Amino acid sequence: MNKIKVLILLSILLVAFLLDIALGSVHIPLKEVIKALFNPDSGNDTWVYIIEKIRVPKALTAIIVGCGLSVSGLQMQTLFRNPLAGPEVLGVTAGASLGVALVMLSAGSITSLYTIKELGISGSWLIILVSSLGAGLIMLLIVSISSSLKDNVIVLIVGVMIGSITFSVISIWQYFSTPELIKDYLLWTFGSLGGVTGSQLLILSIVVSIGLLISFLSSKLLDALLLGDNYARSMGLTVKRARILIIGSTSILAGGITAFCGPIGFIGIAVPHLARALFNTSSHRVLIPACCLIGTVLMLICDIVSQISGSQTVLPINVITSLVGAPVVIWIIVGSTKLKGF
Amino acid sequence: MAAQKSLLHTSGLTIGYQSGRNKTKAVSGPLDLDLYAGQLICLLGPNGCGKSTLLRTISGLQHPLKGEIELEGKNIKQLRPAQVAKKISLVLTDNVRSGNLDVYSLISLGRYPHSGWLGVLTASDKQIINQAVEATGTGEFLGRKVDSLSDGECQKVMLARAMAQDTPLIILDEPTAHLDLPSRIQLMRLLHQLAKETNKAILLSTHELDLALQVADQIWLMSRGGHLDAGLPEELILNGAFQHAFDKDGIAFDAATGTFNIHNAGKKTISVTGDGIAAFWTKKALIRSGFSISSAEEENLVVSVSRDGEDSIWTIHHNSEQTTYTTLCEFLNAL
Repeated sequence: MNKIKVLILLSILLVAFLLDIALGSVHIPLKEVIKALFNPDSGNDTWVYIIEKIRVPKALTAIIVGCGLSVSGLQMQTLFRNPLAGPEVLGVTAGASLGVALVMLSAGSITSLYTIKELGISGSWLIILVSSLGAGLIMLLIVSISSSLKDNVIVLIVGVMIGSITFSVISIWQYFSTPELIKDYLLWTFGSLGGVTGSQLLILSIVVSIGLLISFLSSKLLDALLLGDNYARSMGLTVKRARILIIGSTSILAGGITAFCGPIGFIGIAVPHLARALFNTSSHRVLIPACCLIGTVLMLICDIVSQISGSQTVLPINVITSLVGAPVVIWIIVGSTKLKGF
Repeated sequence: MAAQKSLLHTSGLTIGYQSGRNKTKAVSGPLDLDLYAGQLICLLGPNGCGKSTLLRTISGLQHPLKGEIELEGKNIKQLRPAQVAKKISLVLTDNVRSGNLDVYSLISLGRYPHSGWLGVLTASDKQIINQAVEATGTGEFLGRKVDSLSDGECQKVMLARAMAQDTPLIILDEPTAHLDLPSRIQLMRLLHQLAKETNKAILLSTHELDLALQVADQIWLMSRGGHLDAGLPEELILNGAFQHAFDKDGIAFDAATGTFNIHNAGKKTISVTGDGIAAFWTKKALIRSGFSISSAEEENLVVSVSRDGEDSIWTIHHNSEQTTYTTLCEFLNAL
């Protein structure tokens, strides 16, 4: 049964990947896309250039973002035992943004898509490191708060507040910079899959792969945490060590992606629920790959929708992910009568 | 018993918790306790006397303030959490209804300490899970989500998970709380049976005094000050430990019946004649209505309970007058 679901998802993934490359301000026929992918020397030079330099990196970024954010959301939901946890809800993306802003400002510049593009390889690593550290710090803060607060809803509210504080700090910095740079920053907050190319794409994929690997290797620990800390300990889990591992991989995933693509909302919170519903399981050994698959498909579809076919306009990716993700969140809240008792 | 090696032994164990920086508050101790295989041990005591703290300490969730805990002769401090998990399994009061877990997945989490790094279950794991399911009678819930279970069903499933962990000692913290009477009795009977049939030691805390007296091989009785008496249930009744542990105004443990009396002795005295169940319950009703029962026949208020075919009739003898009633309610109202 699961095999059929995986096959269906994989075929949707393939179609979405090709469509994402074909559609955009310049429409490229599917046949040409396939030709360009497998035999780049033949065919229309402009199309090949667009496909190689813009569309393929963007589609690959969508895949990386879809996997990374979904899995980081899944890990957070299990760690906090809270169905509404996710990187953006608990302020983890905000922490990452703070890290990014910090690097930019100390370099006399400001966080923006364009300045990130200008970064060299060492700069890319630095920004991922700082952004992951920012994400990790916020996670540690929330974990320490949540251990003394038993109420899940309060933890969520505290997370949202910490996120707001972090964004306020960034905004104050923004206030002291020039209007052009503020515009850049605003664009960055809309999120974009388009800014990551070349060496940055390589770095991002390495970082996210490491995060996903750690996460998959800790799937047994995550399973034990489903019953809460006490039960996990009684089954022989060293809870502190497990937490550090999970917080670490979540921070790498959410931090790395936020550094390059901006804070992309709702994927992290919505996809794990879709994965649980579709595969009807709680085993992380199944859920982590499932989140990658569904997250990838969803991000590709969001990206296809964002570049309204045949038009020059490209909608910010965050707008689309919210349109898709928010209804899922509402479905979770309405469906879960025992939200507090998650 | 002395010949048998104890499964768990505590020596000079003082339990308690951190009450601020560098300050600790002792709840109970020093305790020298022994647990043997095949025993069902009930930990009884009033609320807040430290039952949960004791269970948490023994199971390794909490550090002792002083003293040692030995598990099969080895100091528990020297064992890694994974090793302890193969010896002790827990059923806690923590909420587990989350994370989209279905009953089978939850029970199979019991194999956690035994399975490999990815948690893949082997055939022998599955067999042990099936045995646990069978022993606890949870087979009919297997496909359901945990959050759809009733409290009683959930407790059974958590017990099945502990059984699947396949440890010589199972510790349960108030497993009968929130359960209705039939579920409570069912669960206690099940635990008693498991201890006998599987030779596991089962330690549980409970407020079910009468059930505990019936099924426990040993009772650990904690009183408010943290004092702990251990012994056979009957021993503890005979040596007055029960009366002492639950010593509170207006409540008296009646060693004659093994129950607590909620009613103060009545001012009016009455004598009841007649035998059988009807007389027994008539006495209960009279005590509730504020009478004390006298065994002397020469009381000037005497009620005789007798049979009239299928029904009981009550006759009040008062100053040589006699009145007869056909229902207990009428009779009580007349008094």
